Amino acid sequence: MSVAFLAGLLVQTLRISVPYLLAALGGLLCERSGVINIALEGLLLVGAFVGAVIARESTSALFGIAGGMAAGVALAAIYGMAVIRLRADQIVCGVAVTLLASGLTRFFLKLIYHSASNSPRIPALGSSLPLGASALVALLLVHGLLHHTRLGLRLRTAGEHPEAARAQGIAVAPLRWQGVLASGALAGLGGVWLAFDQHQFVAGMSAGRGYVALAAMILGGWRPFGAALGCLLFAGAEAIELQLQSSAGGLHLLAPGTVQAIPYIATLIALILRPRAAAAPQALGRPLDDSQD
Amino acid sequence: MRVSGALWWLLPPLAGLLVALVCADLLILAYGGSPLEVYRLFLAGTWTSPYGIGQVLFKATPLILTGLSVAVALEAGLLNVGAEGQLALGAFAMGLVGTYLPPATPGPLAIACCLGAGFLGGAAAGALAGALKAWRGAHEVIVTIMLNFIILAKLSDVGKVFYLRESVHTPPIVPAAALGRASDLPLAGAAALRGSALNGALLVALGSALVLWWLLARTAPGFRLRAVGQGAPAAEAAGIPVGRQMILALGLAGGLSGLVGANAVLGYKHYYEEGFSGGIGFMGIAVALVGRSHPAGIVLAALLFGTLSQGGLAVNAVLPKEIVDVLEGVIILAVAAAAAVASGELRRVLATTGTGSNPQGNGP
Repeated sequence: MSVAFLAGLLVQTLRISVPYLLAALGGLLCERSGVINIALEGLLLVGAFVGAVIARESTSALFGIAGGMAAGVALAAIYGMAVIRLRADQIVCGVAVTLLASGLTRFFLKLIYHSASNSPRIPALGSSLPLGASALVALLLVHGLLHHTRLGLRLRTAGEHPEAARAQGIAVAPLRWQGVLASGALAGLGGVWLAFDQHQFVAGMSAGRGYVALAAMILGGWRPFGAALGCLLFAGAEAIELQLQSSAGGLHLLAPGTVQAIPYIATLIALILRPRAAAAPQALGRPLDDSQD
Repeated sequence: MRVSGALWWLLPPLAGLLVALVCADLLILAYGGSPLEVYRLFLAGTWTSPYGIGQVLFKATPLILTGLSVAVALEAGLLNVGAEGQLALGAFAMGLVGTYLPPATPGPLAIACCLGAGFLGGAAAGALAGALKAWRGAHEVIVTIMLNFIILAKLSDVGKVFYLRESVHTPPIVPAAALGRASDLPLAGAAALRGSALNGALLVALGSALVLWWLLARTAPGFRLRAVGQGAPAAEAAGIPVGRQMILALGLAGGLSGLVGANAVLGYKHYYEEGFSGGIGFMGIAVALVGRSHPAGIVLAALLFGTLSQGGLAVNAVLPKEIVDVLEGVIILAVAAAAAVASGELRRVLATTGTGSNPQGNGP
């Protein structure tokens, strides 16, 4: 194994981990506030689509980023409306929001670019380094917010003991709204990275990354640095896959389907190995009762 | 009390339809189309001709099966998002058995072998997810989604061994294993269905609905399964092996999805083709929710979504058929939200009338 191979592996791992990390951090804020977020996949997708369209039409990376994040927030607001306000089942609605995102992006892809598969190329809009670095900044911010601020403490209380928060006169629903909307902004940003990284929007380009990010977050015990480690693990597995595919000739030990399935198999193994008594927020998935509006 | 209870129970599907209709109008207008023109095309392609009706029933057939698949898991308190992988594995098994059966096999036996293979293929995928949930506490939603990706990726590897050259489908099944077309029935009017792919698989789907209803409502295993869905700790305390029920429920769910191949493999194309499903598995979630997890409701909901998919094709010339996917998501969201609201109201109605019994369950 050459130095070039290992260096390539490292760069690939970091590149791939960006959308995972952003989505996982969003999911983490949401779940620590007590709301399950299986909608990350859909949030990534609308972020990628709107980010790609706006960046292409305005030829401004910044507008694209803002648009993608706003789209994530808007979709997350629909989700929040259903699960916080109307107390609908969080898993069912998460799946529905993802289906909705898949349908909407395909529909508007046809409407805007008359294509069933992908958008035209986004012109190069500068270095991708700042956007990649934003994932690292987000990691530090989320950690600081969650574990070193009063807001973070309240957010965690909303997810662990909403009754206790209520007893202290803290309104729980607004905290959960903040968690849900933050997940939209962060996952939307992750989607923008995906679109910028591939220089276009491709229908269904989130390709399960939202679920993998969720698994990374669970694996990391609902903690920012733990989730980041999980993301690096999955990104590493995927980077190995890519390096194996691109290393011409040499390594064709695995069938293409197996190589393609590596990230998903890694996710399954992680879920199986995870100790049973994990640190899930106590009130995760439990809607508020009438008195807590 | 009774009337208002029934009303609250019916509210979610009606609310879902209403919200979907409004969204459809908005999307049609956004695309620059005329809603009335689109609805006219939609009806012309579906319920106004024998061919259209045949196609709606053909599209509804697999949706009944995936709807039942999601519903049986929901009854045990589990959400099966894995129908897409389960039905692919089942259909692949069905295609292979159908291809390599001795050509002289009598028809009924050949069909039974194929259906059995499909059921077992799907059931294996479902039971695996159930086992991981029961033994390791791995969340079934993430596990089934991951299994979808893994199964579809691996099937294309394994498939290459069997596929005909330059294709992504298996060789044709033996004629004995084929299910007949409705248009070939020796009945007056059957000929009007000519061109429609409606076939005997509809009977397989309706039969499955009937068997599942009987199993859940009338038998002890069905009762145990539902008891776990009503509350796992209470079921555990009553001596019901909860883990085993989870494996059983997801195994059964996978088996029902595995039967989907009856429509495409045995009744229509007569071979397994990669990617034939196109989201039927995910649509099963919508079907089960709108049908309120009841077999009769699921048949009706499958007709509704079958109409939507066939109508989507009919309007594709003036509107992207992807609008159907959007509406599917909208309907699930609206039904789930309305179900939560209705369940709150039901509880209030029951509380004020002093009835002690629990309100009807509202999905998972």
